[in-house]
Amino acid sequence: MIPTAFDYTKPATVEEAIAALSDGDSKLLAGGYSLIPAMKMRLTQPSKLVDISGIPSLKGIKEEDGEIVINAGTTHYEILTNDLIKNRLPFFTQAAGIIGDVQVRNRGTIGGSLAHADPAADWPAPVLAAEAIIDVKGTGGGRSIPATDFFTGLFSTQLLPDEIIVAIRIPVQEGARSVYLSFEQPASRFAIVGCAVLRKADGRVNIAFTGVSEAPFRDRGAEAVFDGKSWDTATIDTAVDAAIGEVDVLSDHFASSEYRRHLAKVYLKRALQALA
Amino acid sequence: MSTTNGLIGKSVKRVEDNRFITGKGNYTDDIILPGQTYAAFVRTPYAHAKIGSIDTAAALAMPGVVAIYTGADVAAINGVPCGWQVNFKNGDTMKEPKHPLLAVGKVRYTGEAVAIVIAGTREQACDAAEAVQVEYEELPVVVNAAEAVKPGAPQVHDEAPNNMCYDWELGNPKAEVDQAMATAAHVTMLEFVNQRMIPNAIEPRSYNASYDAANGRYTLYTSTQNPHLIRLLMSAFVLGIPEHKVRVVGPDVGGGFGSKIFHYTEEALLTWASHKINRPVKWTADRRESFLTDAHGRDHITKAEMGFDKEGKAVALRVKTFANLGAYLSTFSTCVPTYLHGTLLQGLYTTPKINVDVTAVFTNTTPVDAYRGAGRPEATYLLERLMDLAAHEMGIDPAALRFKNFIPPFDGVNQPGYQTQVALQYDSGNYEGVLKKGLEMLGYEDFRKRQKEAAQNGKLLGVGFSTYIEACGIAPSAVVGALGARAGLYEVGQVRVQPTGKVSVFTGTHSHGQGHETTFAQVVADKLGIAFEDVEVIHGDSDSVAFGMGTCGSRSIAVGGSAIMKSVEKIIEKGKKIAAHKLEANAEDLEFAGGRFTVKGTNKSVSFADVALTAYVPHVYPKDLEPGLDFSSFYDPANFTYPFGCHIAVVEVDKETGTLALRRFIAVDDVGNVINPMIVEGQIHGGVVQGVGQALFEGAEYDENGQLTNGTYMDYCMPRADNLPMIETAGQVTPCPHNPLGVKGAGEAGTIGSTPAVVNAVIDALWSGGHIVKDLRMPITSEKVWRAMQTA
Ligand SMILES: Cc1cc2nc3c(=O)[nH]c(=O)nc-3n(C[C@H](O)[C@H](O)[C@H](O)COP(=O)(O)OP(=O)(O)OC[C@H]3O[C@@H](n4cnc5c(N)ncnc54)[C@H](O)[C@@H]3O)c2cc1C
Repeated sequence: MIPTAFDYTKPATVEEAIAALSDGDSKLLAGGYSLIPAMKMRLTQPSKLVDISGIPSLKGIKEEDGEIVINAGTTHYEILTNDLIKNRLPFFTQAAGIIGDVQVRNRGTIGGSLAHADPAADWPAPVLAAEAIIDVKGTGGGRSIPATDFFTGLFSTQLLPDEIIVAIRIPVQEGARSVYLSFEQPASRFAIVGCAVLRKADGRVNIAFTGVSEAPFRDRGAEAVFDGKSWDTATIDTAVDAAIGEVDVLSDHFASSEYRRHLAKVYLKRALQALA
Repeated sequence: MSTTNGLIGKSVKRVEDNRFITGKGNYTDDIILPGQTYAAFVRTPYAHAKIGSIDTAAALAMPGVVAIYTGADVAAINGVPCGWQVNFKNGDTMKEPKHPLLAVGKVRYTGEAVAIVIAGTREQACDAAEAVQVEYEELPVVVNAAEAVKPGAPQVHDEAPNNMCYDWELGNPKAEVDQAMATAAHVTMLEFVNQRMIPNAIEPRSYNASYDAANGRYTLYTSTQNPHLIRLLMSAFVLGIPEHKVRVVGPDVGGGFGSKIFHYTEEALLTWASHKINRPVKWTADRRESFLTDAHGRDHITKAEMGFDKEGKAVALRVKTFANLGAYLSTFSTCVPTYLHGTLLQGLYTTPKINVDVTAVFTNTTPVDAYRGAGRPEATYLLERLMDLAAHEMGIDPAALRFKNFIPPFDGVNQPGYQTQVALQYDSGNYEGVLKKGLEMLGYEDFRKRQKEAAQNGKLLGVGFSTYIEACGIAPSAVVGALGARAGLYEVGQVRVQPTGKVSVFTGTHSHGQGHETTFAQVVADKLGIAFEDVEVIHGDSDSVAFGMGTCGSRSIAVGGSAIMKSVEKIIEKGKKIAAHKLEANAEDLEFAGGRFTVKGTNKSVSFADVALTAYVPHVYPKDLEPGLDFSSFYDPANFTYPFGCHIAVVEVDKETGTLALRRFIAVDDVGNVINPMIVEGQIHGGVVQGVGQALFEGAEYDENGQLTNGTYMDYCMPRADNLPMIETAGQVTPCPHNPLGVKGAGEAGTIGSTPAVVNAVIDALWSGGHIVKDLRMPITSEKVWRAMQTA
């Protein structure tokens, strides 16, 4: 479990980091809690690591112009203990609280998690359900990618090799309530099923799943059930029936696709009941 | 000898913890020798393949590389030996193919070493190992023991037709058992798998070997449970180097659970290589290597039947097991499914007819050997699952069924030991006692009421029992020798009283989590009536400890402690002579208590420290007595010891998801006399957690290509603190009648007792909800429970 040799640089600004990324087979290093294990297994062998943990502009959480802005280098722990998040986005607090263990939460970052796009990662579910926008910067300048477009498959996203996620922006929805529940894989404790639900003040709902399929997704079929309907048991049951639909569900030695599909529905029901 | 200062039985804090929790432990990987080199292994990614050409040229040219050796370089060296010979039923000796230091000609399991690369740094060695080019020609693979014996199955070794190592039988003749079974009013039959476990010691295997050319001496630092055994096997059986020129040190060792008993190929290979290159060579397994190459445990496929008369008394037990030994014989692999498993099938019950039939099989998997409990968990799982299932099937309460079948209490002194149908004679026992205590702690009647209510409210609760017996401190040597052991199983204990009256104790057992430095010091300080701080326990170095068989099979206090006791007795006896001379009395008139030698019925006395000083400054001294106060003893036990107990698990099932929550775990263990209750409780806790791990979380998974598909902690699920309730422990004391401390051993009890209790609880919960299932394959994941509720 020794990685191949690599160079290391620790830029002070996002611009320097982008410049450092453009030469050779470089990779960004944030918390390192996904990248370093992969390097130790020699599954990835970058020639250079660009450590972005010392860039001040990638740190911190604020509310600005009707949005919550979480800079990409913010750790799981910082999100877990942030009051603004607790009040505005309780399901972010819930997700942050069940990621890994104390060490992982202390170093791992939300930007790193989203960029890595592990199909079982927790963050994608609440990020999708919250209608987040992901701001990235690269040699070609900056762009904003809606979370719904960001994830493209197993460990793959819209990010280009020279792009850095700089922030996650979430529109403030007054009166919204939210919950995140996950059925954990017993060994890794990543999500076998992670279900995030945001209930808006007008009763409409965003539902997102992680762990269920190769990429996290919004469940539009289940969401549509709530349009113009009251939040009663019948509506919840109908939504649960509609959930997952044609989605290609993952299968592994902890959960077959049949069981995972069942769990997704149970967890959706529990999440909806919690918000009813 | 009587207890003199009350240290025996006290929860003295562990003296070793000071260095461990302050990061001052000294593990093999911490040791860096002058001129140190580092090894990395080239390991096969295929489970079964012919080895074609091996090209090391590119790797040899890489920075820092010192040497690379392949199978061809070590082909003339012996393989690592197997320590226990088991014969076929027809009397033929077992098949014992060579277990080579590096694969020659073909590889037989994923992870087997093909080449060793030695370089100036670990990083250089790893990089160069990746550059070694090996050609493989894949062969068909067999991983399942029951499949491997079928005609046409891929052959792991040419010399073992049908992949059979041996077949073996114990107990009453098959025909008698069949006959008894035919009279049964009810037969409970269970076909199950006792899955393959990966031991997962927190410290990976680590070896550092060096050769001192000036003196022709080898030193091997090794993360082992028994340094002397490694020295003996490696020098005499593998490398053919003089034993007295080999020093083996097992420094601090971070857990073993059996997996570090065995002599591994890497130990011998590094020692050999250190001579070849004349520099020290170190290798520490990375976690992937630990998963793939530490000997695994269990892996039985079993069919078991137990017949009962109409009152519920067991009349017969018939067992057929396929035991998977993996690709090669690890040191004690052959005795685990036989003499550590078949011999325990009497359990706590009076079953009059028992027959066990075992077929041991080679497959393309990692070698399998003793893992915490070793054979006894397999036997206990089998019996206790049968007992609970039989109770459910016959509509008898599972506790009541056990009371009906228990062997009545016997102390082994006034009542004789209990002769089983499967070769052993139990020393002493009070089996009903532990179950009664367990039921009280549980509040059994109340539990059954709550279970009914829960079922009515859509919740499933279950309780599972396990009343187990185990055998510790395998012995005596003559008996185990007759059964095929190629080693004696005695122990050595030396007690050296220093001139100041301080005491150094040398033991041939090895502590790697058990706390010997504390318990053994308690025993000696107690018996000598001196302060605990005045005793130090030394172990693990073949240069300072005379000999020893190390620590395994919960033998340390029962066998090692007894050897120390023998030396303590000799110290006191000699001390009396010295004291008598000083006091101008007869030695027979002296008594030793509270650290003083006293002339009986007088106040004339002399202290232990005084006597010690006199022994070393013998100016006024008995004429025919040697100076000094230092005795070494070998102790060969009269019998095994037989701890037993009752474990009870309570589980709750989430009906929607099948998720299990372990609500309570009760462990009542009778391990004989207890030296340090805190340490015993800790051993029980650790054992229970591992047993629960087997029931609910752990298990190696091989695919049909012989790939270990869950060889990382992301996939192989270890139990964690939040998976368990607070374990409720209690004791009962039935002393061992045949050793001086009356102790039985506590290292494996937790693992042996707990697994079936948990599985039985799950089955009970399912039955309470109307889901009639006989078995769920361990580890019982949520999905398996959910499926059982869908179909049954
Ligand atoms: C033991 C353990 C348990 C874990 N448990 C969980 C869990 O339960 N749930 C869960 O969701 N996760 C879990 N994780 C993963 C953890 O959350 C990681 O921290 C996270 O996935 C990656 O974040 P990081 O900051 O460590 O990124 P790194 O490992 O540093 O980087 C990951 C990848 O993202 C890239 N990257 C990093 N930052 C950026 C950026 N700003 N812009 C563009 N690319 C970037 C890197 O180049 C790399 O390819 C666990 C990890 C471990 C080791």
